[in-house]
Amino acid sequence: MDEITLSVKGLKKSIGKREIIKGIDITLKRGEVFGFLGPNGAGKTTTIRMLVGLIKPTAGKIEICGYNVETEFTKAMEQMGCIVENPELYPYLTGWENLEHFSRMLPKQDNSHMKEVVKLVRLQERIHDTVKTYSLGMRQRLGIAQALLGRPKVLILDEPTNGLDPMGIREMRSFIRHLAKEEGLTVLVSSHLLSEIQLMCDRVAIISKGEVLAVDSVEKLLTLQERLTWRVTPEEEGKKVLQSFTTVSKGIDGTLVTPYSAEEAALWNKALVEKGIHVMEINRKLPALEDLFLEITGGETVD
Amino acid sequence: MINLIRNEMLKIIRRRKLLVVALIISVLVGLFTYAQYKEAERTRERIGSQDWRTTVQQQIVDTQNRLGSSGISDEWKTQLKLRIQQQQYYLDHDINPLEPGAPTFMRTFAEHSITLLIPLMVMVIAADLVSSERSSGTVKLLLTRPIKRWKVLMSKYLALLLSISAVIGIFGLVSYLVSGLVFGYQGWDAPVVTGFTALGSELDTAGAQLLPQWQYILMEYSLVWFVAIIVGTIAFMLSVLVKSTPAAMGIMLAALISGLILSNMVSSWESARYFFMINMDLTAYLAGNPPPIEGMTLGFSLSILAVWGIAALVVSFLVFTREDVY
Repeated sequence: MDEITLSVKGLKKSIGKREIIKGIDITLKRGEVFGFLGPNGAGKTTTIRMLVGLIKPTAGKIEICGYNVETEFTKAMEQMGCIVENPELYPYLTGWENLEHFSRMLPKQDNSHMKEVVKLVRLQERIHDTVKTYSLGMRQRLGIAQALLGRPKVLILDEPTNGLDPMGIREMRSFIRHLAKEEGLTVLVSSHLLSEIQLMCDRVAIISKGEVLAVDSVEKLLTLQERLTWRVTPEEEGKKVLQSFTTVSKGIDGTLVTPYSAEEAALWNKALVEKGIHVMEINRKLPALEDLFLEITGGETVD
Repeated sequence: MINLIRNEMLKIIRRRKLLVVALIISVLVGLFTYAQYKEAERTRERIGSQDWRTTVQQQIVDTQNRLGSSGISDEWKTQLKLRIQQQQYYLDHDINPLEPGAPTFMRTFAEHSITLLIPLMVMVIAADLVSSERSSGTVKLLLTRPIKRWKVLMSKYLALLLSISAVIGIFGLVSYLVSGLVFGYQGWDAPVVTGFTALGSELDTAGAQLLPQWQYILMEYSLVWFVAIIVGTIAFMLSVLVKSTPAAMGIMLAALISGLILSNMVSSWESARYFFMINMDLTAYLAGNPPPIEGMTLGFSLSILAVWGIAALVVSFLVFTREDVY
């Protein structure tokens, strides 16, 4: 399972004199769902467009299953399926005609595989209707079907849950997990919705202003930022005591928040008790990815 | 490649482009057939005889009267004089220039359509071939297939050539079938004079010869086809360069119309002859009408158009294969 399917090294892109992507390195393995997280305008879409060959990088190398996207374009594209931004298909053709259209562009046209894919995204009933009559969720599913036509090893999805209702989002999520776990695909998902990435991805890269700020598994990134909340009286005294050990911030409704540290928490507690301060509550808390994100990017806004 | 062209043809047909073009042509043909029928009727009434010789004689007299009136420009006078000489030639050689029948309608309709109507129809198809994929975002899907970009564009261009040929075919067929209902389908073998060349105000009839009408029509439609291909190629380039379809159409339309206007007023602006839109009236060379600028010949116009077409094609491919798609 450790086969590398997508590798990006030193990827840069400048437009005019402005460098919008400032060197990105990531490596994706078989069977993993990798999240690409950043606020709007962080460079997610530009990076993805370079991965799929729509934009030429200024510097750096992209390999899909060992094929260089620039020099072995067709070989690399045979290994990859993608949706870049919205799934834009031909509205005046039926779903089936759209799939036929794109499968004619593959080295081998395979009707039975097309039927399988349609079944996989559960569009059998409406596949012969024109796409303009489809709901957004159905278009999204047809988009995925289109991306799966060439039996890709790598699936790149830019904002796959954009515009879906909660039910659709949940479906999409389990579908993506299924593709990675059962079919062994590598899935790269970009999103500006933190909750989504948290639920769906094995690993996540946090990207801001054209740079990768952190890459790690979701749990690890979260434990790094674990917090303790304290409820003490008198509050001011307690805060002074804690401040002598570590940084303290005010939490909601009169709590104090400090970083979590397994070894020191007991010491801090002891010091508080010795000073005659009542400790009513100590709570270990995993932060939401939101907080983590704000921490790492230094307060850049996300939705 | 054949699969790719099939895709492109499917998209052109399913967007009902060819159908719209065929409908427009049918409506116009109906209109012009009726107009010509009325015209013929009126001429008959006025002259009171159905003999074409009297009609031509009458037209010569009309033209001479107009020549006599003051206030017309020198260029216009030259043209009128040429027309008289041409008609005199028809009379002298006992050739009926107005031989009624569907083939004659086909011939004159094509002559009048080569500078505007046909290019417009071609533009409807060509101008959004690439820009529509761009504005709908489907270009991203097209360019992330395991197919090189130049092949994607080539398939679009070949589909365009096919469609243009279909348009010319529809044009000829519809004008033949519809006008035949009124004028009858005879006249394929009627003799047509070609090979006049205008030398200043004199008509040089040295190269003049008689051709059966079907041969003339064949030559004429080849020229129409050639012009359509060139206009299509230029519109295709605009569709690659300009991101929005309306803008591409607007630019093309402006070029075509300016060509029409310029043709009537550039006789002293020598270098205007290198514009493609001045060179579009190829059938005028066959009919022996004087060119917009003295010294222009069929060969010259053909090569200017070819150069424009090749340049447009080169630009399209260079831009399309290199640009970043956002």
